[in-house]
Parts: sequence; structure tokens; C-alpha cells
Amino acid sequence: MTEDFSRFFKPGCVHRQLYTDPAIFELEMARIFGTAWIYIGHESQVKKPGDYFATQIGRRPVVMVRDAEGGLRVIRNQCAHRGAMVVATEKGSADEFTCCYHGWTYHLDGRLKAVPLNHGYPRDFKVGDPAMSMQSVARVKSYRGFIFASEAADGPDMEESLGHMTTSLDDMIDRAPDGEIEAAGGVFKHAYDGNWKVYFENLCDAAHPLFAHRSSIEASQAQSDDVHSDGSGEIAIRQMRQNGAPYSFWESQVGIWTYPNGHSYLGDYHDDAKLVAALKDPVFRDYLTALEKKKGKAEAQRILEVRRWNSNIYPNVSLMSQFQQLRVVHPIAVNRTVVHTYNFRLKGAPEQMFRNTISFANIVNGTGSLVLTDDLEIYNRIDMGLSSQGAEWLQIGRGYQSDLPDPHGGRKGINSTSEVYIRNMLDAWQGYMSNGHGSHSAATRAAS
Amino acid sequence: MAPPRVREPVPAALDLNRCVLFLEHEARLLDEAKFDDWLKLFTADAWYWVPSEPGQSNPHDTVSLIYDDRRLLETRVRRLASPRMYSQEPRSRTSRIVANATIEDAEGRAATLRSKFLMIEYRREQQRLFTGTAWHRLVQLDGAIRIAWKRVDLVNCDAPLDGITQPF
Repeated sequence: MTEDFSRFFKPGCVHRQLYTDPAIFELEMARIFGTAWIYIGHESQVKKPGDYFATQIGRRPVVMVRDAEGGLRVIRNQCAHRGAMVVATEKGSADEFTCCYHGWTYHLDGRLKAVPLNHGYPRDFKVGDPAMSMQSVARVKSYRGFIFASEAADGPDMEESLGHMTTSLDDMIDRAPDGEIEAAGGVFKHAYDGNWKVYFENLCDAAHPLFAHRSSIEASQAQSDDVHSDGSGEIAIRQMRQNGAPYSFWESQVGIWTYPNGHSYLGDYHDDAKLVAALKDPVFRDYLTALEKKKGKAEAQRILEVRRWNSNIYPNVSLMSQFQQLRVVHPIAVNRTVVHTYNFRLKGAPEQMFRNTISFANIVNGTGSLVLTDDLEIYNRIDMGLSSQGAEWLQIGRGYQSDLPDPHGGRKGINSTSEVYIRNMLDAWQGYMSNGHGSHSAATRAAS
Repeated sequence: MAPPRVREPVPAALDLNRCVLFLEHEARLLDEAKFDDWLKLFTADAWYWVPSEPGQSNPHDTVSLIYDDRRLLETRVRRLASPRMYSQEPRSRTSRIVANATIEDAEGRAATLRSKFLMIEYRREQQRLFTGTAWHRLVQLDGAIRIAWKRVDLVNCDAPLDGITQPF
């Protein structure tokens, strides 16, 4: 593999090989997922000492665990003896971790605790040897309860790396009247045959809903509101109808912002009468009262005026702060991706709000959703199409060279259907692949 | 072949034989993509549920692969007929087998039926296999059997799954 990654870019174009070449995928796992700050999970997933959550950094199995002292750890899910994965269930609670092969047993913080037949190992073998542990990931840091980890011992600090995107994480938390959120309500795991990058490249795509989601837009528009609903279908149908906003609206009313290191967010387009602009809804009114009581009128107003749709923190997490949703992208292979999606409960908010969040999740992130299934089809078709050599260069030039500066150090699209956020991610991609960090320097911005 | 006997003039108690015929009729409608006719099997306030977790206690506090109240179920079925449903281009073909039916609980003219199903979905050179337990709450309305609710527990409900477009 040549180190000259600029050859995959032309102004407003990217080469299809980025999405199809297994060798590039391997390098991405090492250079992007092996160095960047990767979202691991939320602290509420491991509330008590011993609680654990098994996940991956790229393809590497790790465990997020609350240790005996209450500290949060991210350790490699691998026995120091023969390398077997130690924690085999996705979540649970344990006093210690024991490898199923020879019974090596580890403390919750990953230190080796005991080894059966330990007299048989070499003379210099010591249970207390740090090398004989479930190794800690190099750097682990919490941003207000959102746990990120980096496999690189050195590099930009987490806050520096997240930059302005911390405001989206803030928005997620600030909406809770009690100032705390909790992961709850299960998880979707949806999968597709395609590259991990195409998922992110769709999340801020304001040009696709009116076309790609036509079937659910039309089916929802034709739906009688007189038919029985327990409330959940009503939320789903409204969401589908929102996708039917005209192109002029998508282009001018939403807004797309991008920031260094590949991050971006799409502005919101909702006027949903139950979820976000719901002053006539009794549940929402109760929520607003609770929020104002805890935060004051001015702060409550400021919070509700933050209007973001998807906030994408490159390379593996996207959140919908207004809707308490969070998606984690797990690359499996160059042409296979799994996305886990989570919901959050706003502490201090009426319980019905959380139920509305669940209804919203079913239609936006559900494996059987009337909307998402068409997105998954598109990811599959991109992968099938990219295998052809007909179009070597993919067009990512909408809004090319028309970006506007943003006061927080980013670039804003000239309109909401600009592909600035794709070019911005590919800038970061080049940075990580070439220099080991998501450099945003003009020198690497070949695609911009 | 005689049509399934679902429109008897005088409703009798729901015996297992009638219930099984009904399940087979439902499976056939779905296999033949007669989704509008399938929808007619449901009551006006029915719900249709495919949980995302084994033993999930309700569809309101935890996400579901599918949770449709009657209104959303109608929308789902309408979309299935859309030529612009790109995730059904080409269309899936399905083959269902229903078996092991038992009446779990019956009172008057209503019954809760438990059964096993196998559904093979073929689409674009790939076959997928779904299996699990189906729960039907069957009621009799105007001499016909109707579904008041249906719950489908897939054995792999919590696995990573590619998009689901076909009702089970």
C-alpha cells in the first residue's frame, strides 16, 4: 500500500477504492480506529462496581467496566495467557473475570489475580506482572459520562479532539431537568453489506430523504389519522411525513456545520408537535415546567433552542441530542458494518417522554423501520455499485468551494445539501491515514 | 382446494383445529404477498409486535424490531405495495411453515395461541432464515376470526440483523 493517500482524491471527488479495498480497511483499523478517540459507551451502562459492557474498538474486543473502587476502565477483552476472549456476554455484573480456558482470573481493573497450577509457569512468571493482565486501553476519558478511549498513548487530548462537538454532548445532557441521563430501552443492531464510511456519509445528507424515503413518505401521507393509535404509530407517521418536506426546505432551512477531525452536525428540520415543538402537548408542558424549575426560564429556553439533527463525532458515533438517540458504528469488514443504537432517559422528565423516545427510535433506528430499511438498501447498493469500474471517481462536490467560515473554527455548507461534511470527513481520513491524527491542514484538504 | 373456514355463520368456541387453519391461512396470505388481505385479519385496535429482546415485557419502554399499532400497521402494509419501496426492489419471496400450535389460554370466544414458525426469505440471490415463537390473540367478530394482537419472538431477536421488510 502506497503511503500517498492524496492519489485517492481529486477536487470534489474521491476514488471508489476507499470503500472497497480490504488493504485500505486494514489500515483504517490501525490508523483511524487505532488512534482516534473512539466512543465506548455511557457511564450509566456500568452503574455499580463489577458492572461491565463488552464492545469493540474497531474490531478489537474491549470491556468497559466499573472497578471495585468505582472507577471506569476500558480493558482489552483478552486473556494474557493464550489470548482467548475472557468476557463472553455483552453486559452483566461480575466480581472478577475468569478465562474459560485455564482459569486465569483477573481483578475488575484487569490485573491478574490468580492462576491455577502457577508453579508450572517459568521461574520469572509473577501474577503481579503488569504484562500478565487484561491490558488497559492507552487512554480513557469521560466527557460528562460519555466514555471515549484512544489506543494511542500520545496525541491530542479528548476535549481538543472533540472540539466544538462537545456542545452536542452537552445538549444531550442539558435537556435532562436533573442534569443526568441514563442509557435505557435496549439496543438496535442493524447491519448491512457495505463500508462503514457510507453510513456516516448519509447521516447529514439532506438531499436524500425526499427521494430515497418516498415509499414511507407517501404511505404515511395517505394514512388516515382517524385509525386507532396508542401514540407510538402517531409519532412514527409524523416522522415519515416530515421526510416529505420539499427540496427547497431541505436546501435552505436546515444547515450543515463541519468541524476539524471529521466532525459535523446537521441542523434540525422538525416542527413535530409531540417531540420537540410541543408546547400544546401536556407531557411536553410538564417537561418544560420541570426543566424551568431546575434550570431557570432563560437556561431552559436556551437549551430548547439548540436544534440539531445528527451530530457526528468521527469516526464512530453519531447522536441525536434532541431525541436522545446515539448510534455507534462498528466496522466488521470492508464490505460489512453493524450499527448499534441506544436511547437515553432524561432524568427528571416525565416517563411518557421516554416512551415517546422509544417510539421515535423504532422508526428512525429500528431494524424493521419503514424508513431505515431503505437506507440500508442504499448502503448495500452502493457497495454493489462500487465493485464496478465504470465510475472510478465518486462525486462529493455539492457545494464545492462555497463553504462559509464558522465562528467555532469550522466550515458551514453554503446550503444544507452541501456535501461539505463528506469532504470534511475525508480530510480527517487523510490526516489519520497519513499523519496519525485527524489533521485539518490545508495541505491535506485535497478533496475540499 | 377448499378455502379455510374462517367465516362460519355461528361462532363456536375456538378449537385448536380452527385456530391452526387460521394460522395456515395467515401464512399463505403473507407468502402470496396479499398484505391487504392480511391486514383485514386484524381488529380495528390491534397491535403487531416483534420484540428486540428475549422475554421483553412490553413495547413501550424498550425498542422493538417492529411495534405497530393499527395505524402504523396500515402504513406499513401500504408501503409494501409501493413501487418506490427500494428495499423491495427486487421483491422478497417468502415461504412459511407454522407448527406446534397450542391454545394457551381461552375464554369465551377468544383464545391465545402459541405456535412455532419458520420463514425463509429469498431476495437478490440470498436466502435468510427466521424462526421463533408466534403468539396470536384471536377473537371472533361477526363470525370470523380476527387477530387482536400478535407477538413474534425471533430466536435471534437481539442479533445484528439486516433490514426487515417482511412481516412474520
